[in-house]
Amino acid sequence: MMKHTLATTVAALVLGAASASAGAQESAAEGIAKYREMLQDGNPAELVVARGEELFKTKRGPKNVSLEQCDFGLGVGVIKGAYAQMPRYFADADQVMDFESRVVWCMVNVQGMDRAEVTKNPFSGTGKRQTDIEALAAYGVEMSRGMPVNVPQGHPKEKASYDRGRYAFFMRGGPYDFSCATCHGVNGQRIRLQDLPNLAGNKGDADRAFTTWPAYRVSQGALRSMQWRLYDCFRQQRFPELVFLSPTSVDLITFLGVNANGAKMDAPAIKR
Amino acid sequence: MQRNAMLMLGGLVVIAGCATYVAPTKEESTAALKSSFKERGPAKLDRLNQTEIQAVCSEAQMTGKAVPKAEAEAMEKKILATIKYPADGKYLGDFKSGEKIAQTGRGLQWSDKPDAANGGNCYACHQLSPQEISFGNIGPSLKGYGKVRGYSEATVKYTWGKIWNTHAFNLCSQMPRYGDAGILTEQQIKDVMALLLDPNSPVNK
Repeated sequence: MMKHTLATTVAALVLGAASASAGAQESAAEGIAKYREMLQDGNPAELVVARGEELFKTKRGPKNVSLEQCDFGLGVGVIKGAYAQMPRYFADADQVMDFESRVVWCMVNVQGMDRAEVTKNPFSGTGKRQTDIEALAAYGVEMSRGMPVNVPQGHPKEKASYDRGRYAFFMRGGPYDFSCATCHGVNGQRIRLQDLPNLAGNKGDADRAFTTWPAYRVSQGALRSMQWRLYDCFRQQRFPELVFLSPTSVDLITFLGVNANGAKMDAPAIKR
Repeated sequence: MQRNAMLMLGGLVVIAGCATYVAPTKEESTAALKSSFKERGPAKLDRLNQTEIQAVCSEAQMTGKAVPKAEAEAMEKKILATIKYPADGKYLGDFKSGEKIAQTGRGLQWSDKPDAANGGNCYACHQLSPQEISFGNIGPSLKGYGKVRGYSEATVKYTWGKIWNTHAFNLCSQMPRYGDAGILTEQQIKDVMALLLDPNSPVNK
């Protein structure tokens, strides 16, 4: 059923492309919007969320405890609403952490796992089984669905994270002279037919972007996390490889999160 | 009296609250950034060392304050003098090859094979041939480029310079420096030039 409707939409897109007129681009964009709408009916991310929940609640690691013993910022054992209020400062680690950083921190410090082993392959290959971190991120964000984004700025390190994130967002570099702002700093911009959210100056765009990751990427047959989203943006920006959970990754998530404060989480979403 | 003391105390608390936060310096922000990447394939860490123009234009966009006009013009003039024009004096190559280059987005990502030819990815940001409806809008539409602007020597030379190093004409342009940064070869730029300025190119039909 799902396959059939997808095929129909693709056919409609091809038809749209064939009638190359001034309105062709608009109708193609409409076709894509329709395609996205249809996708909402069945989100394979649900399966990833279920696996994440199981991983979360299972006693694992050398210390044989579950992640229910982890404090995600709202107290030990409170996962509901935690994702929507991260990155935040954690006194036990003395640093600002996004959800994925905190998952890893707890796998290491609460469950006793090896950090190098845990972070070796944080992202799954196309069509491959989701990694544990991806599954846990999917479950974590599901537990914040419908809740308002509330990324705190009370601690000086949280403020510094935002300011460094803002700096990183605008920093042009590399052989193409690109920054995040090259594509995400103006309203109504597109690469090819892909709409680009203005993440620095448009509240609606910033809200939509932050509240819909992690997301199931249909084109890749995989759930992708916020860490992955930044990692792959920097690849296209022609920068070197962004290190998983690195300071800049967390700083940018803080910047994006604070800019989306007040919006309602709606993830895992489903995207093209 | 008591009220004044309270007010003063309130003021002190506010000052103390502010004093605990010192925004990171540019050096601190840069250091955090440099510690966050690792080299992979062709993408070495020196890509994080900003050129003067990259630094000036990042600052301008972040603060929303444009580079002062005189300063910008002086820098543009310096860049203009560095543009390399084709040694054989031939500016136009093959527009069909130019179309392929305009369609291709590959090149200089750590995921790209270093031995494959780079693309120009023009359609990511510009409209060119009317047959291609999947075009972006970060740059202006270039449909009918030669037909609209004419094929004069001045236009040809300007267009070459614009592709070679766009910053010579618009200091903080978002377009890559296709010649200056070695993204496209001289022959590839000739082919893209033909796409824009050959009267028989689909762009000018």
